[in-house]
Parts: sequence; C-alpha cells; structure tokens
Amino acid sequence: MPDPVLQVRDLEAGYGHVSVLRGVSLDVAAGEIVTIIGSNGAGKSTLMKAITGFLHLTGGTVTLDGRAITGTAPEKLVRRGLALVPEGRMLFGPMSVAENLALGAHTRTSATEIAQDLERVQALFPVLAERAAQPAATLSGGEQQMLAIGRALMSRPHVLLLDEPSLGLAPKVIADIFGVLDGLRAEGLGILLVEQDANLALKHADRGYVMRTGHVVLTGTAEELANNDDVRLIYLGAWHGNE
Amino acid sequence: MPVWNPEYETMPRESLAELQLRRLQSTVAWVYERIPFYREELDRRGVKPRDIRSLDDVRLLPLTDKTALRDTYPYGMFAVPLEQVVRVHSSSGTTGKPIVVGYTKGDLNTWSELTARIASAAGVTAADRVQMAFLYGMFTGGWGMHYGIERLGATVFPAGSGNTERQLMMMQDFGTTALVCTPSYALYIAEVAEKAGIDIHSLPLRLGLFGGEPSGEGMRAEIERRLGIIATDNYGLSEVMGPGVSGECEHQCGLHMAEDHFLFEVVHPETGETLPEGEEGELIITTLTKEAFPVLRYRTHDLTVIDASPCVCGRTLARMRKVRARTDDMLIIRGVNVFPSQIEDALFQIEGIEPHYVIIVDREGAMDDLEVRIEVAGEIFSDVMADMVAFTKRVAERIHSVIGLHAKVTLVEPGTIERTVGKARHVIDKRQAL
Repeated sequence: MPDPVLQVRDLEAGYGHVSVLRGVSLDVAAGEIVTIIGSNGAGKSTLMKAITGFLHLTGGTVTLDGRAITGTAPEKLVRRGLALVPEGRMLFGPMSVAENLALGAHTRTSATEIAQDLERVQALFPVLAERAAQPAATLSGGEQQMLAIGRALMSRPHVLLLDEPSLGLAPKVIADIFGVLDGLRAEGLGILLVEQDANLALKHADRGYVMRTGHVVLTGTAEELANNDDVRLIYLGAWHGNE
Repeated sequence: MPVWNPEYETMPRESLAELQLRRLQSTVAWVYERIPFYREELDRRGVKPRDIRSLDDVRLLPLTDKTALRDTYPYGMFAVPLEQVVRVHSSSGTTGKPIVVGYTKGDLNTWSELTARIASAAGVTAADRVQMAFLYGMFTGGWGMHYGIERLGATVFPAGSGNTERQLMMMQDFGTTALVCTPSYALYIAEVAEKAGIDIHSLPLRLGLFGGEPSGEGMRAEIERRLGIIATDNYGLSEVMGPGVSGECEHQCGLHMAEDHFLFEVVHPETGETLPEGEEGELIITTLTKEAFPVLRYRTHDLTVIDASPCVCGRTLARMRKVRARTDDMLIIRGVNVFPSQIEDALFQIEGIEPHYVIIVDREGAMDDLEVRIEVAGEIFSDVMADMVAFTKRVAERIHSVIGLHAKVTLVEPGTIERTVGKARHVIDKRQAL
C-alpha cells in the first residue's frame, strides 16, 4: 500500500464522561475508498467528527500527508486538504446552490482555480449547474447530497470523508452518487466512507474496517470482508424488505 | 440431532448480540415509520429510532400489552398494507374480540425456517412421517409447524385435531413416527388407545413435539411412558409469530430461543423492571425481523428463567425454562397466590393419580373454596372406606405442603373429567361470575 494520506492511530474520544472511541486506528491512501461498517452507536460518526476536529480527542493521533493534525481546528483542516460531507448534509438552505458551492471554496484565494473547480463539480453533477440560482432548501434529497459533496470538493481536498451519503435516497440517485465517488477515486482522491448500507459500501470500497462499540474488530479488503461469515450474517443480511 | 441452521443457531454470542442490535435498530425504525401506535408511544417518551444504540436501549421502548392489540382490532397494528399480507391468523379470543395477526411472504419464510429448526432440534428428519394433530383454521399452531416440517423434508399428515379414533387409525396404517399436538391431547390419545386395546409401543411412533399450553416434567414423563416416545416442548404465541419462538433439543434442558429473530427479556411482572439472567420473571419478546406484524416488548404473561450458558447440543442460542405458569392464570385464593401448575406438580408426585384434574374455585360467603377434582386409576378405588379417606387425605396434605392452603380433594373415576383436543382447561373459577 502506498503511504497513507490519512493516518489515524489509537484515537480516543467521547462526549463528557462517556467514551465512545476506544483506540481506533485506520489508514486511507490516495486513490482508494475505505469504508467503516458498524451498527448505529458503534462510533462511526463520532470517529468522523474526531478526525475532522469537531470533537476533542482524549488520546491518539491523526496525521494528514505525513503531518500531525491532532487537535487542529476544523477550518484549518479544510485548508490542509481534509473535507467532510456530514450526515444530514448541513447545507445553507436559504442560500443558492452557487453560494453554497462558493462557501466550499472560502479557504482558497485563486479565482481562476476556483472557477476551474466549479466547472469540474458542475460536470460531475450537472444538476448543480441547472439549479445554480435556486435556494439549496428547494432541492430534492439526492440533489442536496450532490451539493454537499460538490461543496466539499470545492476545497480541493486530498481526503474526502463522507458520513452516510446514501441515507434516505432512492436507489437510482445512490447509484449516481457512488458512480461519482468511483470516478474521484480514479483521479487519486482518498475517500473515507461511513455507510449504513454495508452491501453498497463493500461494493464500492477497496478496503474496510468493522467497528463495534468504539473498537475496530475486523479489517480487510472489501472482498475479504464481504466473504467473512460475521460480516455476511450480521451486516449483509436482508430483513424488513428494505436492506 | 442435526442443527438445522448452524450459521445462526451456533453463532458466537458476541456476534449474535451485534446481529440483534442491527435488527432491533431496523425494527424500531420500521415500526416508527409505519405503526401510529408505536410512533405515538415513542414520541411520548421522546425516543427516536436513532436513540437505540445498544441492546440495553430496548428499555427505552414501551411494553406492549394484549390490550393494545385488541384496541387496534383488526388491522391497526399491521406495518404493511394488506396487499402485502399473504396470511392472516387470529388468537382464540376466548374473551371478546380475537387478536388478528398478519404475515408477509418474507414472514412466512422466516416462520417456516424457525419451525423447521424446532422440528430438527426435536429429532425430526426428512425420513419421518409426522402426524399433525393440532388445530388448523385461524390458530397458528397447526400451520406454523406444518410448513416447517415440510421445509425440513419430512412427510406431513395434516390430520387436524379431534376424531381420536381416526388419529389412531392413521398412526397404525400410515406408520406415523412423530406426533405434533398439545400435551393434554397426547395423553388423551394414549388413553383412547389403551381403552381400544391398541399397543402404541408396538407402532413406529418415536417422537412427540408438544406445545400450545404449559406442561410440567410430570406430564412429560407420563407422556413418554405411555406413548413410548421422546417428548419435546416447543413454545410460541400468535402475537409474536406462533410456534417456532423456542423449542427443546434432545437434551430437554430448556427451550432454545430463536434469538436471531427475537429479542428476549425477563422482567418483574409487577414493576416491569428488567431482571438479570437467571432470575424468574415475565418473558418479554421484541420481534427483530417481522414485517407485517412487528411488536416491541410484548408482554407474554408467561413466567420463565433464561439461561445463556452453553448447551451440550452445540447451539449457542440461550434457553428458557419450560413455561409452567402465566402471570394471568395466577389465582388468588384466600389471599394466597396459587399457580395451577403448582397443584399439577404436586399431583404428579403421587402414585395412582391420572394426569387429568380440574381445579375449582368458588366463594362461599366471604370465603374462597378450593376444590381439586382428580381422576385416579381404577385400582385405587377401594371398598374399604378408610383406604379412600387415607388416600384423599394424603393428596390434600401434598397440595397443602406446596401451596399452603387446604383443598377439598374429590376423587373421580377415570374418564369422567372432560377431555379436550386442544388446550386443556384445568381451572374453573366460579368467582369470576359473581
């Protein structure tokens, strides 16, 4: 494996006295999709928040492109090349699509480069060009997710973190979004993906980690995980007709 | 006996817990979206599906009692439109309207899988010929076992219940090797056979799968002796699925619970407080995979104890003790709590008593009267009055030592207490009519 762009070692974090992450380590290299699988409550979203500086760490280190970023404020991390697409998207609803995208580039200075990136994002998600003037709140769920990803890409990240991007979306939209993620990987972006739909995640990921109550209990290539008995029985099983 | 589905039935318990958590989260989201009753109950508690982050969080969910299912009669607790429901069953509804339950195609698939497990654990193989002397119709007992036994590959005779002579004819002519019915009906079949001079022990019958009513070890021993079979107990209730919820393996040391499809808790029957493993209390069941009729924390009113220690058979699924009593069949007689099962257990300890009895509670003025009417073997009846009095006294003392109350014991001749083809009626509480 090439040198990881993102390296997480023995991460510990929590809320108040409740410790949620109990020593999590993982790597993401350029040009790979790495997924984290686990139940709600396993600590996946907390891990995303801890890596991106939204949560105070009680232990462990985070390294980006070989430089320690442990304890760095979120806005500085964006400048260094770490972008998060949060669960629930967190868009600015009354602002237009174009304004939301522009906000994604607020850490940057070169107008030419920003314009190039905007063009690129709009090529990935043509609907964002079509609806550039519309308030973000008027977009469909799938379009909002595209906007959230587009906004994150406007910071020109080296590593993109996505928290539950498929949540509540129609299968067709999910396929479109994951098609774009596949393309970004091919261009060399490192992607860390938290996804409740383990079937979907393992289909697109190169490697994965299984988390349970704040620990990584299993790691391997996506194929190894998909063939693992535990993963197959617990995370890939279908029930309630909808999974 | 072979484990039908080793992947799940012998899953490491840690993996099983994670599977249960995933399925619980899925179920809570499912009912919150689809069943107004549960959405209101969760909203009232300020609980969202996302708040279920560990198995202990099941305690955030409301208990569901039978009344909720009655109040929403007939379809109010269905989570899918009727177009997706392929089967409807209902409870016997001895009091008022019955409880109506539904199944999707997926639910029927799960159900067959679980009853196939039960049958396999009881020793049934594809080579067996299984006589279903269970009520069919709206009752879940017959149908549930029927499909599982077919899935397992055994040959099913859907005899239904009743017409005991015909049951015996089939047993002899069709070469029945396994019998499925209520334990009380099994005894009745034995009795009819004995009277007709049919030697059941000479028939190929070797297994009995019993459910539908609580029964004790005394009853089991009696059935095994008289029918010459291995008797296993299985458990289920229509409100959560029907038979298939749990069943004994050949070691007869408790009923393995289908923990991959249900979450089981034991709570204090009055306070609803969760009790630790190993303590007796009321069994609470949450369905984990049901689509049409999921229930959260359903109060079974059945008293049991859960044991998660490993079983010799290799199954990792925890075991529940045979249900001997229900919280709602507890009688309060002269202020004392009495379970009919306690009286039954006392009776089975006495030589010469037939397993047919009825407990009659009445009120004379302000005083509760307890009468236990029992059938005794012919040879017990003696011309010597003193012998009869002594025997009656011995039975009364035995009952007194178990429940602490004096009971009037009446001996009746064999065959005089009403037989049933389904669930036996052992208690007549005349006070309720007052």
